[in-house]
Amino acid sequence: MIPLAAYVAVSAILFLTGLLGVLIRRNFIIVLMSVEIMLNAANINLVAFSHYLESMAGQLVALFIIAIAAGEAAVGLAIIIVVFRGKLSTNVDEMNLLKW
Amino acid sequence: MIAVFFSYFALASIAAAVLTVALKNPVHCGLALLVLLLHVSGLFILLNAEFLWAVQVVVYAGAILVLYLFVLMLLNLKTDERYFHSTYLYFLGPAALGSLYVLYLLVKSPYAGAKGTAPAVAILQDGDTAAVGIKMFSDYLLQFEIVGVFLLGAIIGAIVLAKTPKPIDAGKTDA
Repeated sequence: MIPLAAYVAVSAILFLTGLLGVLIRRNFIIVLMSVEIMLNAANINLVAFSHYLESMAGQLVALFIIAIAAGEAAVGLAIIIVVFRGKLSTNVDEMNLLKW
Repeated sequence: MIAVFFSYFALASIAAAVLTVALKNPVHCGLALLVLLLHVSGLFILLNAEFLWAVQVVVYAGAILVLYLFVLMLLNLKTDERYFHSTYLYFLGPAALGSLYVLYLLVKSPYAGAKGTAPAVAILQDGDTAAVGIKMFSDYLLQFEIVGVFLLGAIIGAIVLAKTPKPIDAGKTDA
């Protein structure tokens, strides 16, 4: 029997890896991929707690997270395409039009 | 036996996550993300969540990742020489310290809680898909409908954003 702490530790490591990716990568598409890593880490956590606490709620929330991630990917990639048309770049450092 | 599978899936998904963040070529990053998604779905199998395994493979690896690869190949990005943020070394030290602290706290925690109404034996009787379906269409029906409306909005938003470049260009030349 795997302890719950092992799943939580895996999920924490994945989440921190994704967070680091969001902070240090400059390519917008890779930043979105790092967000997907973080969402997956949250999903592992939810499903693990759902299994060990014997409740279905965690699995359902994980399912909704996957649906939200699909919408996020579609809208985010559309934004990338629009920005790329104007700037010919996906570097996050160059996207400062809305910067105060 | 389960411990062997768990350690394989866990270590492979962590390695794939690190590769996704660290690799230079964006397409390689996408493929590393695919490896990560498949191994995370393996973790779902170990947790008796077969329906989520199927959804993970079909929706994540099949749809979302293909969308990413489509956009990557559509844009035909060249690899940047400086693909990390210029000050990324400042992030690495605090990140390592913070992750060690978080891991220490997580392993130390007791994780007790009130048990729900779906023990593994009850789920395995009719299968995970039946359990998810019954729960979703009874207690979570409103959330299900909201997600449907949200996805419709996301589709419309993506189409509106990606269509008609001419007004955007005209506005740009005026300004």
